[in-house]
Amino acid sequence: MSEIMLSTHGVVMKFGGLTAVSDLNIEIAKNEIVGLIGPNGAGKTTAFNVITGMYNPTSGTVSYREKNITGYKPHSITELGIARTFQNIRLFKELTVLENVLVGCHIGIGTGIFGATLHLPAYRKKEAEARAFAMDLLSQVGLESVAREKATSLPYGKQRRLEIVRALAARPTTLLLDEPAAGMNPQESRELMDLIHRLRDEFDLTIFLIEHHMQVVMGVCDHMYVLDYGVTIAHGDPASIQKNQKVIEAYLGVE
Amino acid sequence: MKLTKNYRYSIVALVAFAIFLVLANSFFDAFTLRVLNLCAIYVILALSLNLLNGFTGLFSLGHSGFMAVGAYVCALLTMPPELKEMNYFLVPIVPFLKNLTLPFIPALLLGGLAAAFVGFLIGAPVLRLKDDYLAIATLGFSEIIRVLITNAQTITNGAQGLKGLPRFATTYAVWITAGLVTLFMALPLRSSYGRAMKAVRDDELAAEAMGVNVFKVKVTSFTVSSFIAGVGGALLGHMITTIDPKMFTFLLTFNILLIVVLGGTGSISGSVIAAIVVTILMEALRFLDEPMNFIFFRTEGLPGLRMVVFSLMLMIVVIFRQRGLMGGKEFSWDMLREAGAALARLGKKIRLPKGGRNV
Repeated sequence: MSEIMLSTHGVVMKFGGLTAVSDLNIEIAKNEIVGLIGPNGAGKTTAFNVITGMYNPTSGTVSYREKNITGYKPHSITELGIARTFQNIRLFKELTVLENVLVGCHIGIGTGIFGATLHLPAYRKKEAEARAFAMDLLSQVGLESVAREKATSLPYGKQRRLEIVRALAARPTTLLLDEPAAGMNPQESRELMDLIHRLRDEFDLTIFLIEHHMQVVMGVCDHMYVLDYGVTIAHGDPASIQKNQKVIEAYLGVE
Repeated sequence: MKLTKNYRYSIVALVAFAIFLVLANSFFDAFTLRVLNLCAIYVILALSLNLLNGFTGLFSLGHSGFMAVGAYVCALLTMPPELKEMNYFLVPIVPFLKNLTLPFIPALLLGGLAAAFVGFLIGAPVLRLKDDYLAIATLGFSEIIRVLITNAQTITNGAQGLKGLPRFATTYAVWITAGLVTLFMALPLRSSYGRAMKAVRDDELAAEAMGVNVFKVKVTSFTVSSFIAGVGGALLGHMITTIDPKMFTFLLTFNILLIVVLGGTGSISGSVIAAIVVTILMEALRFLDEPMNFIFFRTEGLPGLRMVVFSLMLMIVVIFRQRGLMGGKEFSWDMLREAGAALARLGKKIRLPKGGRNV
């Protein structure tokens, strides 16, 4: 069996009296595409925020490659190799498309502030490399022609793709996508899922993604977890999820 | 290396400005020269505040406090012992400072470093706050600094202030410092650190998720900004040759903030241009404060009337150009060319209806 990249053990996240996530146990193996689905308010994004260090879980642990990363700061988690996107697009709005991606490369440049200030040769070399890498990434998703434009001037679909590319610039091994297809029509969603598949193969990624619409993820995921009111009500391969009575109830309600 | 046209323009402009400074230094009268030097000091101060407000997105109002620290440390280090004895006639100065005299440049740097240190101490807790909370907290700390200075009589001579400081801040000293500050702001801001700062400004959460250590970026930016503010304060003290705690009230911070907002938050060239324009206007509009004689009526002196002009300017900018004069962009010769072309088009439009019909 391949290496377990990301796992949580009994993660509980409470906000005052509200338990947003209770006893979350997930396991994601290398190169898998795993989906996290559930109705609105099921705690999917909270789970993501716990994994990426934005929240500190009330109890339980998060592990990355067998290493306990609970309580790590978000930026250190990114440095370890977990990058994410956001449900509501969070691009750097005053920066250009290329600069947005270059921010993702920041940890890779790491030559110290003095080298960067004086633009020493070592820094220049890294910066040139980062630029080439960023341009390469942009061309992979068809954004190279708009590299010099302001990020917020892009149409919605391209902003979504830019967010994914920006996350890739941090050279992650594990990518967390929070509703990447939100607001897209079925055709666009399918294209996006193809893109996700391709990126997984090309960058040797492990992908964990939140999705609202079951149909969209069915085709792309190897494995799925279903949350409802913070409780994991099902997990397994897409086919078995589709037939799962509890999942149907959660989505459609019971008579 | 082949120089582009724009590059050559910039060099010519810099040389022209240097020549202007040399000429000004020998031919301008004391008052005009002082306004010119004040421009340079405001350039330094505006840049340091813009680093926080414009580039890192930290709304800080504590600038006068850091300037005060820089000004006092530098002044205490440059004053010769006899001068100190003259100044501290109420309460004698603490012995270890009494005979300590350093040359200007190390004193200036130490002044900046002291301000940076205070900035670091204040920044570490305060920078956990955001937006208006941060503004209030920094404002409070700058008042605390001022009150401490007023009461630490054996060190700072309290409310009497320090008088007769050596006039070290010459035209060359202030303009060279302004040039260096501009350079050392522009360089890191064009590097990956500058991008990290702007990323923090645009979206903190996303920056953090991209691996940017947001807190470190904020503290660094706050500390560097305090350093520059300290240097600016020290230069101001050594130009006016008198400092006292009342100089460093919130009004001073407000003047700098005015320049930053008018020039454009997030634009170095905007701050430089606005600093020069506002400083000159502050002096040029002085006549508004004095009694004025119009033909039909005359006004008594209305102190503060010139500030109304700045309030109006600020309102106009906020309504019509939210991002300030330069709107986050930097000056370039192409921009000037475009503006020229736009003016020419406008000119044609106005002239065409008249001349066009005769043909």
